[in-house]
Amino acid sequence: MSAREAIRVALQALLSNRLRSALTTLGVLIGVMSVVLLVSIGQGARTEITGAIEGLGSNLLFVLPGDGDFGSGPSRSRFIADDIERIDRQLPGEQPRVAGSAVGAESLQADGQRFNATVQAVTAGYTSVLDRELGRGQPFTESDVVTSRRTAVLGATTAEELFAGQDPIGRQFSIGGIQFRVVGVLTRIGGEASPFGPDQDRTVLVPVTTGQRLFGTDRIDSIFVRASSTETIEVDRSTTERVLGERLDEDEFSVVSQDEIIGVVGDILSILTTVLGAIAGISLLVGGVGVSNIMLVSVSERTREIGLRKALGARTRDITVQFLLEAVALTVLGGVIGLGLGIGGAALVAEFAPVPAEVTWWSIALALGTSVAVGIIFGVLPARRAGQLDPVEALRRD
Amino acid sequence: MTGPSLLSAEAVERVYRLGREVEVHALRGVSFTVDRGDYVAIMGSSGSGKSTLLNLLGALDRPTAGHVRYDGRDVADMGDPELAELRNRRIGFVFQSFHLLPRLTALDNVALPLVYRGGTPRSRRQAALEALTAVGLADRLDHRPGELSGGQQQRVAIARALVTDPALLLADEPTGNLDTATGDDIMELLEQLQADHGTALVVITHEAQIARRADRTIELRDGLLVPEVPA
Repeated sequence: MSAREAIRVALQALLSNRLRSALTTLGVLIGVMSVVLLVSIGQGARTEITGAIEGLGSNLLFVLPGDGDFGSGPSRSRFIADDIERIDRQLPGEQPRVAGSAVGAESLQADGQRFNATVQAVTAGYTSVLDRELGRGQPFTESDVVTSRRTAVLGATTAEELFAGQDPIGRQFSIGGIQFRVVGVLTRIGGEASPFGPDQDRTVLVPVTTGQRLFGTDRIDSIFVRASSTETIEVDRSTTERVLGERLDEDEFSVVSQDEIIGVVGDILSILTTVLGAIAGISLLVGGVGVSNIMLVSVSERTREIGLRKALGARTRDITVQFLLEAVALTVLGGVIGLGLGIGGAALVAEFAPVPAEVTWWSIALALGTSVAVGIIFGVLPARRAGQLDPVEALRRD
Repeated sequence: MTGPSLLSAEAVERVYRLGREVEVHALRGVSFTVDRGDYVAIMGSSGSGKSTLLNLLGALDRPTAGHVRYDGRDVADMGDPELAELRNRRIGFVFQSFHLLPRLTALDNVALPLVYRGGTPRSRRQAALEALTAVGLADRLDHRPGELSGGQQQRVAIARALVTDPALLLADEPTGNLDTATGDDIMELLEQLQADHGTALVVITHEAQIARRADRTIELRDGLLVPEVPA
């Protein structure tokens, strides 16, 4: 039997039982749709988060507590403010090139407005090292830090929440009951909280000395080093490691570049995407079992037809191929419709939900490839059973 | 007689195993031959082994012992593709309960065996049309089996058996589901085709009246042949 003929016969059989075919297809359809949708959400998250990290600038080195093994959980920082100055002194070029911050969450209040924000106690060089621009006012100065002045630079969202519509420069507000004066407001950068930092628009920067007193600590959580160029980044890294190594053990700190963070975060998000896809894959599997089940029913219902076809000259192979094609036609139909709905769903998610979604060519190829594979894998058992039916049994007079 | 017979059965036995202990000897050593153009009736009551014999003659089953040969070739030596080709090219089946596919039109039902033979859909339709015309149903091409009478359905089935131009028509109780008058018409049609095309016709029946029409009658009783009586 020619391939074209076999496809025609398979489609004819499916069309003669439209409702059953549609319901069977539905299982595969939902499975393919969830795979495409969830993978595109995972992929979108990856793009967004790595983009946010890239936005920090490629010449940045991050000094983090612990030995740099992301799997070992958070470590307690042993950095102090003096480390920052000592590193900065050893780096060539225009200073400041090193900044540090300690982070805490506090409740803010101004004119009866309450707002919960991330308070970052930062060194004077923080905004220039991290390339943060101020929309209004000035960053605080070295003398603000030395004298523990109660001045603050607000993130854009924080400024809006506390001083809706008014100019916040020079205004007073309180952090945990202590009065601060606003000296500057950061420009809005947008984006979300990322795995390595808070939402940069919902923050308050205060001088590191003032902030440490507020938190009741003298520690620094992270140190940032700006290399003068991509070429010197490795030199600056070893300088930083050398200076910190004079005071700390090797496993108490690690210096990582932006590329390394993107690599690690990217890996984590790839795993996340894979896990999401695998979970959706389970529903595809269930859809496949449904196809198998219905095909088995179909084989036993059409025993006579199979026997007759054999008596008229069908080979075992012809019958097997016919039923296999029916199964594959069901799953491919489900795959194509599911793909369309998955892409549509991803577009809706990207439009209306805070999670980004990004359909990639490989998730499309995966969905279609899988639906063909599901058809073959779950069609083989019923198709072989059909092919091997004994024509004598199948034609037995009743 | 030159060359091997169209069909020969030599000491054919068929044993069915039911469970571990029980064996049913449906055929216990049956021998006969059918030559080109022969008209043979195989007669027997229910349980005589005639259904078993039909399956063996139709190359749907293989004997436990003995040989069934087509054109001198032993069916036991053929693999699945060869058996399929033998059934497709040499044998035309007519069943008691017609065995038409309900979702296909009369024309598509008749064209069905040709699907396993290649050729264009156009040539298949042409051949099916000619076969349906030969059985007098040229005006029922697009009817489905449900829209046809029993006699008409059996005519469609005969057209389907005829369309491959087989050497042997194997009819299993072809009138069993029809009233006497319609049954006679069907028998006449089969006999006419046998005469016109030089096709061998083997009719399996339990009715002596039908068997008497054949040139030769083979009677089966308890899996053995009752000595042949010329008509």
